[in-house]
Amino acid sequence: MTNQPILEIKDLSAGVEGKQILKGINLVIRPGETHAVMGPNGSGKSTLAAVLAGREGYEVTGGQALYQGRDLLELDPEERAREGVFLAFQYPIEIPGVNSTYFLKSALNEIRKHKGLPELDAMEFLTLVKEKMKLLELNEDLLRRSVNEGFSGGEKKRNEIFQMAVLEPALAILDETDSGLDIDALKVVSQGVNKLRRADNAQLVITHYQRLLNYIVPDFVHVLFDGRIVRTGDKQLALDLEEKGYDWITKAELAGAA
Amino acid sequence: MSTATETIEGLVKQEYKYGFYTDVETDAAPPGLNEDIIRLISAKKNEPAFMLEWRLKAYRHWLTMKEPAWPHLKYPPIDYQASCYYAAPKKKGDGPKSLDEVDPKLLETYEKLGIPLKERERLAGVAVDAVFDSVSVGTTFKEKLAEKGIIFCSFSEAVQNHPELVKKYLGTVVPYTDNFFAALNSAVFSDGSFCFIPKGVRCPMELSTYFRINAANTGQFERTLIVAEEGASVSYLEGCTAPMRDEHQLHAAVVELIALDHAQIKYSTVQNWYPGDAEGKGGIYNFVTKRGLCKGKHSKISWTQVETGSAITWKYPSCILLGDHSVGEFYSVAVVNNFQQADTGTKMVHIGRNTRSTIVSKGISAGRGQNSYRGLVKIQKSAAHARNFSQCDSLLLGNKCGAHTFPYIEVKNTTSRVEHEASTSKIGEDQIFYCNQRGLSTQDAVNMIVNGFCKEVFRELPMEFAVEAQKLLGVSLEGSVG
Repeated sequence: MTNQPILEIKDLSAGVEGKQILKGINLVIRPGETHAVMGPNGSGKSTLAAVLAGREGYEVTGGQALYQGRDLLELDPEERAREGVFLAFQYPIEIPGVNSTYFLKSALNEIRKHKGLPELDAMEFLTLVKEKMKLLELNEDLLRRSVNEGFSGGEKKRNEIFQMAVLEPALAILDETDSGLDIDALKVVSQGVNKLRRADNAQLVITHYQRLLNYIVPDFVHVLFDGRIVRTGDKQLALDLEEKGYDWITKAELAGAA
Repeated sequence: MSTATETIEGLVKQEYKYGFYTDVETDAAPPGLNEDIIRLISAKKNEPAFMLEWRLKAYRHWLTMKEPAWPHLKYPPIDYQASCYYAAPKKKGDGPKSLDEVDPKLLETYEKLGIPLKERERLAGVAVDAVFDSVSVGTTFKEKLAEKGIIFCSFSEAVQNHPELVKKYLGTVVPYTDNFFAALNSAVFSDGSFCFIPKGVRCPMELSTYFRINAANTGQFERTLIVAEEGASVSYLEGCTAPMRDEHQLHAAVVELIALDHAQIKYSTVQNWYPGDAEGKGGIYNFVTKRGLCKGKHSKISWTQVETGSAITWKYPSCILLGDHSVGEFYSVAVVNNFQQADTGTKMVHIGRNTRSTIVSKGISAGRGQNSYRGLVKIQKSAAHARNFSQCDSLLLGNKCGAHTFPYIEVKNTTSRVEHEASTSKIGEDQIFYCNQRGLSTQDAVNMIVNGFCKEVFRELPMEFAVEAQKLLGVSLEGSVG
C-alpha cells in the first residue's frame, strides 16, 4: 500500500452566491485514517462536504482538492461517486416510486462498470445486500420500499450507511450522521461505520457533537471556525470541546484576529 | 442558471428517434372536404349504402358545428380544406392475402419501429392488425381467433363481412353528433380495427394494433369498435409512432367500446406520434374521442394510456357506467416536452347503482410543455352508492413548463362517495444530486424518478408494453431533466 493521501485539500476556498464560506482549508487524509471535522453552526462543515461531493451551487474560488492524486473538483458528481467518494447525507432524499433495491443495484453497477468489473445480476446483488444488511440491523422490508420514502429519521441514516457498506467507497464523508439519532440508533450506525474501516479507505466524519466520536473514534479531530481549520488534535480535542464548548475556540480566535 | 436546469434542457433536446419516411406510392384523393370526397371514400371502400348515408349525415352535422374553444391549448386555425381525406398504399391486385404479399417497404417501416410482425406473430403470441396510411396491411392469428368465434379485423373488412354488427353498434357510444372531431371522423374515417368477442369467450391473447401516419398532408381518421358480449373479456393494445414531418398533421380518431353483462375490456395505449421539433415546428394534432359503455351489469372497462407524442393532444377516454355494479378505470401518463401541449383526462359517468370508478392521472411537463388534466366525475341520481376515487399528480421538470388541473365533479344523490387527491411536485435538484452522488448520471436519475412517479400507471400495462413505455418515457425526456 502506497502512502499516497486519499484526499489532499490545499488552501480551499468556496462560497455560495458570492458569499465566502470556506476560507482556505488545508487537510490531508491518508488510507486507514478517520478524521473528524467539528465546529459550531455556520462554520462551513456542511459546505465542505457539499464542495467535495460536487453539489451544484457551490463555487470554488481558490485552492484545490486532490483525490488519490487527481483533481477532484473538475469531476462531475457522478464521476466522483464512481471513483469512490461517498457522501452520507445529513438529510437523505426521498425518491417516491423508486424501489430501494433497484436504486442501489443501479448505483453499484455504475460503479462496477466504471472500475471495469462485471455488473452483478439480481441474485448476486441480493446475496450481497442481505449480508450487508446484517451490519446495520436493517429490516429486509426496507428493500421493497421506495428510496427513503416513509422512513423514520433513524432508518434514513442507517440506510445511508447501508448504502455505503454496499458501495464500498475509498472515501466516505459522513455529514452529521448523528443528528436526529437516539442513542441506540447511534450505536448501530457507529458500529456499522467502524466495521467498514479498512487499511485502504478513509472516513471524514462531520459532526457538531462530540458524542458520535465516542463510538467512531477518530485519528484526528479538526475544529472548523469561520471557514478555516483552527485547531487539529486527537480525540482529546473533541473531549475538551465537549467540556468547554465552542466558545472556548471562538473567543480565542476572535481575540487573535483583533 | 443552475446546471441541473441546463441538463434538463439538454435532455429535452433529444431528437425524435422514429423520424423517417417510407417511400411508398400513395393513392390519394385531392385535398379538401365535400360530399363528393365522402362518396369517393365510401365507393373506394365498396361500402354498403347505410355506411354512406351515415357518413353524409355526420358530414352535414359537422358543417353546423364549431371546433371546441374550451381546451387549454393554443394552435393556429386548422384549414380543413387543405387536408387530404383519403390515402391508401397502392395495391397489386386485390390486396395482400398474407404478410408475404405485403409491400416490403411497409414491413421495413415496422422493422424500423421495432415491430417485426413476423417476430411478434411467432414469439409474442400477439395478433397485429397494422394500420398504415389508413388501410390495414396485415392481420395475423385471425384463424386462431376465429376458432373461438372472435372477430378481429380491419374496420373495412368488418363493414364487408359483418355489416349487421357494424350497423348495430357503430355510433352507439360516440354518436356522430357527439363533438366536432367525432363528427369529422364519422364522415371521413378510412379504416381502423374491429373486434368482437362473443358471449362467454375470454380472448386468449392480447390484441394489438400499430398505427402509423405516413403520407404527407393526410390526416388519419381511424375508427375502432370493440364489443365484448356477456361474460367475454379482451385486452387490447394500441401503439403509435409517426415519421418526422414539417406540416402539422391532423389526427382525429374515434374508439368505441361496449361491454355487456360481466364483460371486461382493457384498452391500453402507447401514443408516440411525432411531437414536433425542439422549436415547436411540426408535430401531430391529435384530437381523439374514446369512450366505453359499460352497458351490462358487473361489466368493466379499463383505459390505460401513455401519451408521450403529438404536438397537441386532446383526449378524454371515458366510461359510461350504465350497468349496475359496473366498473370504470382510467390510468394515464401524459408527457409534454419542448412545445407540446396536452389537454387530457377522462369522464366517468355513473348511471347504474353501485358503480365504481378509479382515476389515476400522472402528468409530466418539461421544456415549455403545457399539460392539463381535465376530468369529469358525474354521479346521476340513479347511481345510488356509487364511488369514485381520483388521483391527479403533476411533475414539473424545469421552470418553463406548466401543469394545470380542471376537475369537474357533479353528484346528484346522497349515498355516493367521491374522493379527489391532487399533487404537484418538481423533480428536485436534491433528488438528482442524491442519485448523482450514488454514481448515477443525471439522465438515468431523471428516468428513474419519472418512472417511479408513473409506477402506479405502468403496472396496469401488459408486461411488454410496460417495458416499451418506460423506454419511451426515457426517450421523450432525454435532455429535459434536472
